[in-house]
Amino acid sequence: MTRSIPVFLLAICSAVSAWAATPVDVYHFDTQEQEARYKALIEEFRCPKCLNTNLAGSDAPIAQDMRRTVHDLVVGEGFSDQQVRDYLRERYGDFVLYDPPFEPRTYAIWLVPIGLGLLGMVAIFLLVSRARQPAEHSLDAADRKRIEALLQDD
Amino acid sequence: MSRLSLFIPLGVFALILVVGWFGFSLDDRRQMPSALLDKPFPEFAAPSLYDEARIVTRADILGRPTLVNVWATWCTTCKAEHAELMRIAERTDVQLIGVNYKDDVAKAQRWLADFGDPYDMVVVDPDGVLGVELGVTGAPETFLLDGEGKILYKRVADVNRRIWRDELAPRLAQLGIVEKDLPERGGR
Repeated sequence: MTRSIPVFLLAICSAVSAWAATPVDVYHFDTQEQEARYKALIEEFRCPKCLNTNLAGSDAPIAQDMRRTVHDLVVGEGFSDQQVRDYLRERYGDFVLYDPPFEPRTYAIWLVPIGLGLLGMVAIFLLVSRARQPAEHSLDAADRKRIEALLQDD
Repeated sequence: MSRLSLFIPLGVFALILVVGWFGFSLDDRRQMPSALLDKPFPEFAAPSLYDEARIVTRADILGRPTLVNVWATWCTTCKAEHAELMRIAERTDVQLIGVNYKDDVAKAQRWLADFGDPYDMVVVDPDGVLGVELGVTGAPETFLLDGEGKILYKRVADVNRRIWRDELAPRLAQLGIVEKDLPERGGR
């Protein structure tokens, strides 16, 4: 049991260092503008093999390949940002885009939250305006008589 | 408060259940629809595994229904899949094209020599360039193409007996490829 503690610590250390390591690729850029675009693009796309990590933050082989692809498209092919987006989306689908496109197929995911927000605002407005109105308790003649009788008893 | 409004929380809860049910059932990334589905298989040019000088292109694999299988020797699932590919190669006339993905040529050749070669042709993609072109995220992945090279189906993960029976065999039957009635040779 005691022997397993160093092993356990080692495992934790290596797990932490693996987590802390950021993948570094060495690429050549012709201009700083290309480099800035490359960096922005790899931040923008989701790694298709990972649980919600972007291309910049992933060590997965496929993320490395896709970073290289983005570099080649930006530097080699002179693609615009939108062309790079289209290129990757054509091959990996909407999954690589964190923001799904606004299309009939995706209307629901864009509009439902807005709709629910509006609905909530309406509900709050109604509740508040109702609470502001003083409650009216109308007494009829019989009630008044009973109250008077009770008061006189005192 | 009318009595009916007491049921509003229940209704909201039911709504969350329904949305959650659909939402989480869509969360299987392996079910992710291939962006290339129903589109033509991309143009490519890749060297053959057995002859580096020989460049195989898209035109070389068209003409009959084809399974394009992305595999590698480092991929353990590919080993599990291999027997089923051998079976498919033996029992059908479908063309099997292997894409040896991010692998070592010598190791790949030895693997096929050791375990059998189900492929009509194997091309190599040593650094994953063709993989990105195909929208591949790993190995194994398998594409089903018709004779004109249109992608009819894509399997991410292994082709096993169930995938063959439920997904591949019916689609191939529509293309006129049926399983030959050979005696079963052990295995799964």
